[in-house]
Amino acid sequence: MSTQIQEQETETETETEQTSEHQTRRLAEKRERADMRERAEADLSDADEIVRLKIFRYDPEVEGKKDPRFDTFEVPFGKGMTVLDALIYARDHFDSSLTFRHSCRQAICGSDALFVNGRQQLGCKTQLSDLEWPVRIEPLPHAEVVKDLVVDMEHFYDQMEAVEPYFQTNELPKGELEEQRQTRENREKVKMSTRCIWCSACMSSCNIAAGDNKYLGPAAINKAYRFAMDEREGEDMKEHRLNIIEQEHGVWRCQTQFSCTVVCPKDIPLTEHIQELKREAVKSNLKFW
Amino acid sequence: MRIHEHDVIVVGAGGAGLRAAIAAHEEGADVAMVTKLHPVRSHTGAAEGGINAALRDGDDWELHAYDTMKGSDYLGDAPVIETLAQDAPEEVIQLEHWGMPFSREDDGRVSQRPFGGLSFPRTTYAGAETGHHLLHTMYEQVVKRGIKVYDEFYVSRLAVTDHDDPEDRECHGCVAYDIKSGDVVGFRATGGVILATGGDGQVFDHTTNAVANTGDGPAMAYRVGVPAEDMEFVQFHPTTLPSTGVLISEGVRGEGGILYNSKGERFMFEYGYANNAGELASRDVVSRAELTEVNNGRGINDEYVYLDMRHLGDERIYDRLENIIHLAEDFEGVNPVEEPMPVKPGQHYHMGGIETDENGETCISGLYAAGECACASVHGSNRLGGNALPELIVFGARAGHHAAGRDLGEAKVQTGPSAETEAEENLDTPVEPGAIDAANEDVAADGALVEPEEVVEYAVEAERHRIEDLLAHDGTNHAEIREDLQKAMTENVNVFREKEGLKKALEVIRECRERYQDVGVSDPSRTYNTDLIHTIETRNLIDIAETITLGALAREEFRGAHWRREHQERRDDEWLKHTMIAWNDGSPRLYYKPVILEGENKTYEPKIRSY
Repeated sequence: MSTQIQEQETETETETEQTSEHQTRRLAEKRERADMRERAEADLSDADEIVRLKIFRYDPEVEGKKDPRFDTFEVPFGKGMTVLDALIYARDHFDSSLTFRHSCRQAICGSDALFVNGRQQLGCKTQLSDLEWPVRIEPLPHAEVVKDLVVDMEHFYDQMEAVEPYFQTNELPKGELEEQRQTRENREKVKMSTRCIWCSACMSSCNIAAGDNKYLGPAAINKAYRFAMDEREGEDMKEHRLNIIEQEHGVWRCQTQFSCTVVCPKDIPLTEHIQELKREAVKSNLKFW
Repeated sequence: MRIHEHDVIVVGAGGAGLRAAIAAHEEGADVAMVTKLHPVRSHTGAAEGGINAALRDGDDWELHAYDTMKGSDYLGDAPVIETLAQDAPEEVIQLEHWGMPFSREDDGRVSQRPFGGLSFPRTTYAGAETGHHLLHTMYEQVVKRGIKVYDEFYVSRLAVTDHDDPEDRECHGCVAYDIKSGDVVGFRATGGVILATGGDGQVFDHTTNAVANTGDGPAMAYRVGVPAEDMEFVQFHPTTLPSTGVLISEGVRGEGGILYNSKGERFMFEYGYANNAGELASRDVVSRAELTEVNNGRGINDEYVYLDMRHLGDERIYDRLENIIHLAEDFEGVNPVEEPMPVKPGQHYHMGGIETDENGETCISGLYAAGECACASVHGSNRLGGNALPELIVFGARAGHHAAGRDLGEAKVQTGPSAETEAEENLDTPVEPGAIDAANEDVAADGALVEPEEVVEYAVEAERHRIEDLLAHDGTNHAEIREDLQKAMTENVNVFREKEGLKKALEVIRECRERYQDVGVSDPSRTYNTDLIHTIETRNLIDIAETITLGALAREEFRGAHWRREHQERRDDEWLKHTMIAWNDGSPRLYYKPVILEGENKTYEPKIRSY
């Protein structure tokens, strides 16, 4: 089953934005959130020190949970508390069967992408004070729910593997302990793309992926970008990679709605990367005409 | 009964596990990884700093070995340290050839930077996320080779024969709980089982470690008879965020960040903790200073101190420390450009672990360990920054090659109870440590089952019973036990240790063990039952906590990360030896084996560890 609660992204097609703008936007967002947080904290009276969570519950084999429902938990709020902290509190104090993936608590393992108040975000990286209360927590849309907030990630992993997500080259330096050379500029070029933590927030936010199960999706295409743009692989391999992402369910399905870019917790300019691969593919095809 | 058979089984899929799997595959073995997290979720991904390797002119492996030995406070074993230093360059270049996106110099070669305790800038890095790139690069190679990964399979028991002497025992596989389906599944390994389960920081209530770092490998190995080595050596990092344990890099203090107490005093100088180095003194010194301030009533909320970088100015902060702003905002709700960050010491790394030799092999035939869960020993009593990642790849590779049958020559490190040179006779414990009953439940059976298939089948049956009992029993919630255990460890076995506190901790650990007898899982589901997984983990945490505390009580000196109030000196005449704890079928036994200071070309002479 799937929750299929579709929150339409209001962003429509826009021109490709620049990384620097992206950076600026993130910092502006930070300031905005800081202001909001200040207001929220000022508003807190003693009675408000409890945050109410409305959490999606489902278990395919437990009576009473076979039909999806929302449970409400009231968790004492403290400064600095994240969505993940609140989930852990609710589990350890109220209901040990409350199930969600999490591990590192610092936005690097990519386990706890959730649908929080209608937006894909990492539970560990989302401050409760930045959210409207009560906080509604659901599993990622467009994925099969295994139990409570846990979704089946197999489809996401399959798409990642479909793009040959590994470095390939035929020419390694022969000398002992000799590395391949790579310019700083080229390393910088692929840097953002290498930050992906496979959380699948992007895939979940993408309308195209929701309608086309074969679409590679933003994360897999970004992975392809990471290698296609890496000068160490050489031109032949780049050609090969462009062929992969140019297939029917590849880059051309993207309609530049930017929803993936908006939700990416690592600030990867996903849409931009997809657009660039489209351009590269066109250039590469022109060569043979 | 589902039993999968492979030549080599790797348990855990972080840096060490991935490298081991690739190495075994390189030897032509049929290898499978069995891991409770999908590989890319592993905590190797959180490592920031870099990989020490002597790659450049002017540097050589002997300098790296010397630095590591000195950093270990002369408790590392020379043959292991030298192996690390010798193999690291080739392993780093191998990673580059696999496409790892290292930071680069103008000439296109990989960058290296200086790190604490190093005589040459040999820390190879990929931005501030070296571990993330190392993890993903190696997982990519696992995908490329088509290595089978059983992800979200929680290994909860080893399949080992029950010979009286652990050194006669053989490991034939392991048992895992399929988290998604609830099936108990056997894994038969014809070549060997390699434990690569990572850290065990969840023993403490405040740690930079992941929630998954529960010491499963060390606890399982310990209970089937592999000695736990140097468990008292735990590294604490001085600047972690109070609410989550997220690490604030040393870079903040490196750029000029200042530590203040609640009275606004710059206590590192004001109270003379480090009159020269101040905030930049070594990790253990700063951690103890912070806690002293809190204990003397000069902490904030009786918990933490402030790390302030506002005076550096917006420009410098945004230029060099931008990621710190995000960390403090995202995980603590504090904007460090406008207010100081709350910080306190947190558990960071465990030097001790499963006793192995330099080939990763334990005293039980067919059982290996590599990475943070193992203790070969490379780091001795204190790990240098940048030495964790090379350990993963160097010893992961060696364990993988060896388990797949490559001859690596005879090991110089002796393992198992036969390596004992001295028994600990006088340990003053307030309660009996060890099992409460069913002392020998973790090895095969009474009557020495020795047929490999039978050993695995027996283990599957035993684990199925255990899990069914846990699910059927409506008892104490493990979370209450875990919380009390973690609190007791942080209170008594933290950066400050004294005899009475350690004894107090042993009492609490005993109580936790007794309460665990009545533990129950309230979630009845077979589907993704994390309640069950955490309950099994909590038992491992109890065993690990006990070994850490026993080791800390036994070692009456101050060496590396281990500080004792009653014993403020390093005592080389008596303590140049490893603390070993054998489970001894449920009645833990302490003994010692000597440190090996004889290297390939020289003998390391203990010197004062000053920088």
